[in-house]
Amino acid sequence: MTTLAHSVVEPSGRSKSIAGTLIVVYAVLSMVPLVWIFLTAFKSPPDSIAYPPKVIFQPTMDGYCSLFTTISRQTPEYIASLPPATGVCDKVARARSMVVAGPSNFLPRFVNSLVIAFGSTALSVLLGVMAAYAFSRFPVPGKDDLLFFILSTRMMPPIAVAIPVYLMYRWLGLSDTRSGMILLYTAVNVSLSVWLLKGFIDEIPREYEEAALVDGYTRLQAFRKIVLPQALTGIVATAIFCLIFAWNEYAFAVLLTSGQAQTTPPFIPFIIGEGGQDWPAVAAATTLFLVPILGFTVLLRKNLLRGITFGAVRK
Amino acid sequence: MSESIVPLTVAEHAARATPDAVARRIRGLSDRAIAWLFISPTIFLLLAINIFPLVWTIRLSFTNFRANRPNAKILGLGIANYVSVLNDPDVWAAMQSTAHFLFWTILLQTFLGFALAWLVDRRFRGHGFWTTVILVPMMLSPAVVGNFWTFLYQPQIGLWNYAVQFLTGIPAASFSMIGSVKLAPWAIVVVDTWMWTPYVMLICLAGLRSIPGYIYEAAEVDRASPWRKFWTITVPMALPFIMLAVLFRGIENFKMFDMVNLLTNGGPGSTTEVASITLKREAFEKWRTGYSSAFAIILFVTVFGLANIYVKALNRVKNR
Repeated sequence: MTTLAHSVVEPSGRSKSIAGTLIVVYAVLSMVPLVWIFLTAFKSPPDSIAYPPKVIFQPTMDGYCSLFTTISRQTPEYIASLPPATGVCDKVARARSMVVAGPSNFLPRFVNSLVIAFGSTALSVLLGVMAAYAFSRFPVPGKDDLLFFILSTRMMPPIAVAIPVYLMYRWLGLSDTRSGMILLYTAVNVSLSVWLLKGFIDEIPREYEEAALVDGYTRLQAFRKIVLPQALTGIVATAIFCLIFAWNEYAFAVLLTSGQAQTTPPFIPFIIGEGGQDWPAVAAATTLFLVPILGFTVLLRKNLLRGITFGAVRK
Repeated sequence: MSESIVPLTVAEHAARATPDAVARRIRGLSDRAIAWLFISPTIFLLLAINIFPLVWTIRLSFTNFRANRPNAKILGLGIANYVSVLNDPDVWAAMQSTAHFLFWTILLQTFLGFALAWLVDRRFRGHGFWTTVILVPMMLSPAVVGNFWTFLYQPQIGLWNYAVQFLTGIPAASFSMIGSVKLAPWAIVVVDTWMWTPYVMLICLAGLRSIPGYIYEAAEVDRASPWRKFWTITVPMALPFIMLAVLFRGIENFKMFDMVNLLTNGGPGSTTEVASITLKREAFEKWRTGYSSAFAIILFVTVFGLANIYVKALNRVKNR
């Protein structure tokens, strides 16, 4: 055979199109729940609980408005005495003979999520890249045991760790503080960070640094000017994994925070409207919370496998 | 260099093992100092936030301490907490729920995930894009996923119930996935499978792609049937990857808390009360800190055993 070397194993055209169809069907079906949430966010509360479920509906901002604002019922006379509504949410509230009373708690929770996720990511990548470099380049005795120790901290059920951390934080005054949560998430993420970054640094040839050392660089200069730039892709990928973990985390957040430092995941289930859960508002919160993750998934595409297996499988 | 009787830190060991030739070349900080400086912050953080609390849990597990009564007198109970955990029918019921959840999620995810990986590996046009679409659910927050599935599972108005009615004719209002004792254990299995099948798929895909093409070519020359090629080449060669995926899912689902907590909160009754939910109830609702500490240690030892197996499997995959 004179064509491509692996042409014998190339699947036939028919098997390709069958496989393609099945995959597309699965992908579309698995997206249905997410699309449904995205649509529900634009429904009015009655439309969101209509039977049969409505696919075509009049889109409204009700969900997003009740997510970001608190509204209160007022007498018609009072509402009539107000100047005409200006903002989108003002209009939505007036239509239900209510007025916007102020911002809701959602934005502060969202900001908490951002601060805690980015803070703990920065710390765990900083600690991780240092430890990973040392593990990768110096003959540390008991290296395997230490690396296993670092990994094993990730194996504990979060609730098991939460009991003493709860007591310790109460004692240290770190309960319900952003810095407490940043430290805790850093401790959880640093294991992933060390393992992934060690893999990335292992792949950088030592010769570059050795050449730099011969040229008169100190070890630290070589680390900063040779290793860090070379490891940049790996550092970014690791950072995104840490970010996603901290962003998504729920168990510690629900047990250790209640107000001040509460993140978004424990807050979303408590978005209550008149008479039960306000589904459009919950859907709006869910959409806003999940959208950043969609972007990150695309960015991570090439390193995803490595991240989810702690560097065990590389492509 | 004389041997010191003071126990050496890891970094000092590291530094002593550094060849002198290398050490001499370097100005500024020695390799010993750098290794020490670079590793110790991580180790210190893990000691403070993981190991110290773990030791504290072990200590508490031998007492009757209750976190909501910090001033009550603390009595040592010996191993009484451990004995009562292991004799507690609720704990064994939780273990059974966990086993049901583990068995079915792993079974479904392995079959579906492997099948999807095999299909993606047919390399049809646009497989890269569709693979990324399929991967989305596993990146999401399990808690938020659990919460929005309660909406899809609503009897009457939920999309799931509507789809079931559409496909099977069973009226949407006649059953409740999370309200019924019989269906709730399956409700959590469905959501976990929806969320994590892509994970198994991704690892299996790496396994399939690691099989060198010449093996198939050799089989082709021998006129092996596709069926035979699948069972004698594809499956055995991808097996270590499948095992790795199973172990990862096993450890994660043994610890499962967030998704189940928001989807069913262990209910109805305690039908979906997996181990972590029982632990949360004992520790943060009944405030039996000593008792729940003992339970936590038992769970930790179990996961640690799994972790050991996992690291061995991991090394095997790596060394191939």
